[in-house]
Amino acid sequence: MTQIPTQTSSNGRSAMAEIAAIAALAAGAVLSLFLSLNAADPVMAFHAVLFVAAGALGVIGVGYMWRQRASGRSSTEGYNDGVVKYGVIASLFWGIAGFAVGLYIALQLAYPLLNLDLPWTTFGRLRPLHTSAVIFAFGGNVLIATSFYVVQRTCKARLAGEIAPWFVFWGYNLFIVIAATGYLLGVTQSKEYAEPEWYADLWLTIVWVVYLLVFLGTLWKRKEPHIYVANWFYLAFIVTIAMLHIVNNLTLPVSLAGTKSYSLFAGVQSALTQWWYGHNAVGFFLTAGFLAIMYYFVPKRAERPVYSYRLSIIHFWSLIFLYIWAGPHHLHYTALPDWAQTLGMTFSVMLWMPSWGGMINGLMTLSGAWDKLRTDAVLRMLVVSVAFYGMSTFEGPMMSIKAVNALSHYTDWTIGHVHSGALGWVAFVSFGAIYCLVPWLWKKEGLYSDKLVSWHFWLSTLGIVLYITAMWVSGILQGLMWRDYDGLGFLEYSFVETVEAMHPFYLIRALGGALFLIGALIMAYNVWRTISGASAAKAAAPALAE
Amino acid sequence: MTHAEVSHFAQTWGLVFLVVMFATGVIYALWPSNKHKFDAAARLPLEDDAANKEK
Amino acid sequence: MKHEIFEKNSILLVIGILVVVSIGGIIEIAPLFYLENTIEKVQGMRPYTPLELAGRNIYVREGCYNCHSQMVRPLRDEVERYGHYSLAAESMYDHPFQWGSKRTGPDLARVGGKYTDEWHRAHMDDPRSVVPESIMPGYPFLAKTALNYQKIADDLQANRSLGVPYSDEDMASAVADIETQINPDSDNVDAFLARYPKAQVRDFDGNPQMISELDALIAYMQMLGTLVDFDLYQADAFYR
Repeated sequence: MTQIPTQTSSNGRSAMAEIAAIAALAAGAVLSLFLSLNAADPVMAFHAVLFVAAGALGVIGVGYMWRQRASGRSSTEGYNDGVVKYGVIASLFWGIAGFAVGLYIALQLAYPLLNLDLPWTTFGRLRPLHTSAVIFAFGGNVLIATSFYVVQRTCKARLAGEIAPWFVFWGYNLFIVIAATGYLLGVTQSKEYAEPEWYADLWLTIVWVVYLLVFLGTLWKRKEPHIYVANWFYLAFIVTIAMLHIVNNLTLPVSLAGTKSYSLFAGVQSALTQWWYGHNAVGFFLTAGFLAIMYYFVPKRAERPVYSYRLSIIHFWSLIFLYIWAGPHHLHYTALPDWAQTLGMTFSVMLWMPSWGGMINGLMTLSGAWDKLRTDAVLRMLVVSVAFYGMSTFEGPMMSIKAVNALSHYTDWTIGHVHSGALGWVAFVSFGAIYCLVPWLWKKEGLYSDKLVSWHFWLSTLGIVLYITAMWVSGILQGLMWRDYDGLGFLEYSFVETVEAMHPFYLIRALGGALFLIGALIMAYNVWRTISGASAAKAAAPALAE
Repeated sequence: MTHAEVSHFAQTWGLVFLVVMFATGVIYALWPSNKHKFDAAARLPLEDDAANKEK
Repeated sequence: MKHEIFEKNSILLVIGILVVVSIGGIIEIAPLFYLENTIEKVQGMRPYTPLELAGRNIYVREGCYNCHSQMVRPLRDEVERYGHYSLAAESMYDHPFQWGSKRTGPDLARVGGKYTDEWHRAHMDDPRSVVPESIMPGYPFLAKTALNYQKIADDLQANRSLGVPYSDEDMASAVADIETQINPDSDNVDAFLARYPKAQVRDFDGNPQMISELDALIAYMQMLGTLVDFDLYQADAFYR
C-alpha cells in the first residue's frame, strides 16, 4: 500500500523534470532560430541551425523518455548503463576519425599536394581538427563514459538524474560537432587546444556544469562511507578543467551574432594564460582523468586491490598541486619574464616524482599476478599504458629543463613526446578500459576474439615505436641543423634545407600512424562482433540474484 | 611591489608553507590508525559486482 | 582524522581541489599584470592598421600559428637567422598572442620587409614556385577572395574595449583607412600615416581591381617585426 504513493510522487517528479527539460530545449531552439536569422556571418547562421536541430531532437528525445516511463518500459532502478554504452560507441567513432585525420595531416607534411589548396583542407585547419578529435572527442567521451560507469559502481548508487546524464553526453558531442565544423570553415581563436570560439565555449560551460552536478549528485547518493580514489581523480579533472576553460576563454565577441572574438588578454599575459591552460589540459584532462581509469580498471582487471592506497593519496594531492605550475615550460627563452620560466622548470622537474609514484602504484598492483600478462591481452594493454605513462612523464620533465628545451622546442621532438603520452598512455588505457567495459555492459561472456586484441596490441605498439623514434630523430636532427655553424662562423643550413631533411622521418611517422589506425579498426570490428554476437549472456545470472 | 620583494617572500614563507603542506599530507597518509580504513577503500572496485542491482 | 573530511564530504573535496589547483596559477600569472618590468618600454609600437588587423585575422583563420612561430629566442643562431630577439612589448596589442609552438616553417616575427610583395604573391599562390622544397599548403584562393571589411570598425572597437589605444578618428575612418592603405595616390595618405607611423602604403596584391584577402595578409606580414626602434632599446634596463 505504501508503495503506490511513492511511485506516484517519483513519477510526478520525473514528469516535472521532463516538462522543464522540454521547455528549456524548446526555448533554446527558438533562441537559436532567431540567431540563425540574424547571424552576422554564414558560419554563425550554420551553427545556429545546428543548435535548432539539436534542440528539436532533444525535445523528441525527452518526449520518448516520457512515453517509455509512462508505459512502464523504463526503469529507474539499478545502474544507468545506457548512456555509458553510447559513450563507448562514440569513443570508438571519434577515435577512428581522429586517428584518420592525424594520418592524413602526417601525409600532408610528407606530400604537400595533399593540402589540395582548398580553404577547408589545408594543414592549418585540419591540425586543430585532429588534436580536438583525439583529445576532446575521443578522450572526452572515454572520460564521460568511464566516469559514469565507475562512480556508480564505487558508490553503489545509480547515476543522479535521468535526463541530465543524456544531456551531458549529447551536449558534449554537439560541442564537438560545432568545434570541428568551425575549424574547417575557418572559425578559431588560434589558441592551441582551446580553438573553439566564444559561443561553443559557452555551450561547453553549460554542459560541463551539468556534468559536475551529475557526478556530485551520484557521490551524494552513495551507500559507501568513502569516496574511492578514482573518483577524486575524476572530480579533480572535472573541477579543474572548468576553471581552466573559463579563464583561458575569457573573450570579447565582436558581435553577439557573429563568430569572431578577441581574447581578453594580450601578448605575454595571453601566452602564459594559454599555456597554463594548455599544459593543464594535459595534466587534468589527459592525466588526472585517465589516472582515474587506471585506479579502477587495473585493480578490477587484475582482481587485486591497488598496490598502496596510501601512496594514491600522496599521489593525488602532490600531482594536482604541482601540475598547475608547469605551464611556463612551454615558453622557455621567450619574452615571458625569466622568474616565471624558472618556476615553471622547477615545478616540472618536481612533477616527475608524483608521476612515477602513480606509475609504480599502478604497475605494482600486479605484484603476485604478473603471470596474467601472458594470458590476458587486455590487462597487457592496461599495463603497457602505465609503462608509457612512466616513460613520457620522465621525458617531459627532462624536456622542461631550459638547456634541453633550447634544442627541443619548436621541433618534432615535442610532437613525438606528446604522442608517446597520447598514443601510449591515453589511448592504450582507454582501449583497455573499453575492452573491459564492452562485455560487462552488453552482458557477454567475453570479447568476440582475444586474438584480435593481441593483434591490436602489437600493431599499435609497433606503430607507436615507429612514430616516436622517427620524431626523436627528426626533432633532434632539425634542432641541431638550425644551430649548426660552418668553419667560417656562418649558419650552415638554410631553413628549407632542414625541412627537406625531415622527409624520410615524416614517412616513417605516417607508417606508424597507419599501423595505429589499423589497430583501432581491428578493435572496432572486435567490439562490433562482441556486441552483435549471440553468445550467451554471462551477467544475466548474477544480475537476477538481487 | 617589486620583483625582489616577491621573491624574498617566496623563498622564506613560501618555502615553509609548502614544506608544512607536504608533511601534513604524508603524515596523514602514513598514520598507522588509518590503515584499516584505506584497506577497506582499496577493495571498493573489487566489491561492486556483489551489490550490483542490474535493471 | 582530518582527511576523512575529504573522503566523506564531496563538497569539501571539491573546495580542497580548487584551493590546491589555484595556488600555482595565481602565483605565476597574476604578477604579470602588475610587475613593472614585464613589458619593456619601447619606441615605435602602435596598434595595427585596419588592413593589417584584417590580415592578422586571416592569419588566425588559416591556422598559420600551427606551423610558424612569432617568437625569436635570445639564442645566437636564432638572432642571426631571424633578427633581434622578440620583446614582450612587440605583442602587447595581440589579442591573443601568436607566438606559436612549432616551426614546421620558419619564424615570422621579423618577416616584414624580408621579401618583396611579388615574392609573397607567388609564394601564397604556389609555395613551390619560389621554394621548391617547401611543404607549405598553397593559398591561391586568397587573391581571388574580396576582403570583407565593411564592418572592420567593430573589430577596432572590440580591441579598443580591451585596451588597444585606437583613437576616435581611427574608429571613424577605419573603412576609409583600408582603402587608403592600398592606394598610394589617395589624398588621405598623410593623415593615415600620421596616425599609423611606419605603415606601408601600396597595392600589396598587385591587383588594383579588388581589395583582396591577399592584400590584407601581405600588409600584415610586411609589417611584422618592423615597428620597434632597436637603436633606442636598452636591454640591460629590462632584466627580469
